Amino acid sequence: MRLERRAAMATLLADRQDDLLVVPGLGSTAWDLAAAGDNDRNFYLWGAMGGAAMIGLGLTLAQPSRRVAVITGDGEMLMGLGSLATIGIQRPGNLAVIVFDNGVYGETGMQPSHTQSGVDLVAVAGACGIGACLDVRDAAGLHDLAGRLKGFRETLFARVLIEASEPPRVLPLRDGVALKQRFRAGIGINP
Amino acid sequence: MTKSAPAADWPDRLFATFKRADIRQVGYVPDAGHARLIDRCRADPQIRDVVLTTEEEGVALAAGAWLGGERAALLMQSSGVGNCINMLSLARTCRFPLLMLITMRGEWEEFNPWQEPMGSIVDPVLKLCEAEVYRVRTPDEVEGMAERAVQQAFGDERIVAVLLSQQLIGKKVWTK
Repeated sequence: MRLERRAAMATLLADRQDDLLVVPGLGSTAWDLAAAGDNDRNFYLWGAMGGAAMIGLGLTLAQPSRRVAVITGDGEMLMGLGSLATIGIQRPGNLAVIVFDNGVYGETGMQPSHTQSGVDLVAVAGACGIGACLDVRDAAGLHDLAGRLKGFRETLFARVLIEASEPPRVLPLRDGVALKQRFRAGIGINP
Repeated sequence: MTKSAPAADWPDRLFATFKRADIRQVGYVPDAGHARLIDRCRADPQIRDVVLTTEEEGVALAAGAWLGGERAALLMQSSGVGNCINMLSLARTCRFPLLMLITMRGEWEEFNPWQEPMGSIVDPVLKLCEAEVYRVRTPDEVEGMAERAVQQAFGDERIVAVLLSQQLIGKKVWTK
């Protein structure tokens, strides 16, 4: 029984703390994040496919007192698979990489992704040296992950099995300069 | 009056520029031309060295660093520029500062012809990506160009590439 993506995002971000910074991948996870409620501390991607986890890494290293959640899709993660190796040797304690895995490229017509044919992102993350790797397959697992997001202290990877649905798009701000400035101001960085 | 430094010290002068600029994250794919600079960064507790699997990771890393209030630099050789192209749209669209130091291959007495296709198009490709491109041919030019690149990258929030000519690095020894 796969989870529904909008409800999954809402569960993960329920009672979101001020110190949580969120970077979604481009496409569906960005719409999911916008649907869960806009926040200055979201940095939405509209491109840069394969880069979400590395943006998260640079951000965590610069902001060690805050937690960063990269919440992306399986296709976006697959394009940046090497970044799991890079993160696996840096292991920042304040970075969580969460993959909403529906096994398809939803934005482009539901073509199957590698994960549908057996590529196991949880095993990849573990093999890259990421200490806490979770395979979330049900509501109980999702609630456990939501709880961990409030206080994790080691690099966290989670694959969340979601259904291949296409809820209505909720489009966030798409001006990249404005998103950048808003985010930096939101965490107290002067321009 | 400045004493002229030994020619081979140019990586140390780049490192000194990094320190003055308060560069705190350095992403790199291992590269012989950057070996000394990489060693200096790795030995500095104030700099987080991040070895990458591919150069485009570094473009995203630098964006994340800036979002979090830190300055990053990216080291690569000319072939790595090709790996960055789509990710450079992140820097351009959002005007993220991106300081790239690129050691050139495929130009001066290159033994390996496989380096030439990418080496020969680094300059125009970066310009098409709206990067500011500086070419350094002699050791004496290194520090001044790097200082200018730092000002432009972080002051104007631009993509800036410093191309370090193959003459600076010397010939790769293929047979021993």
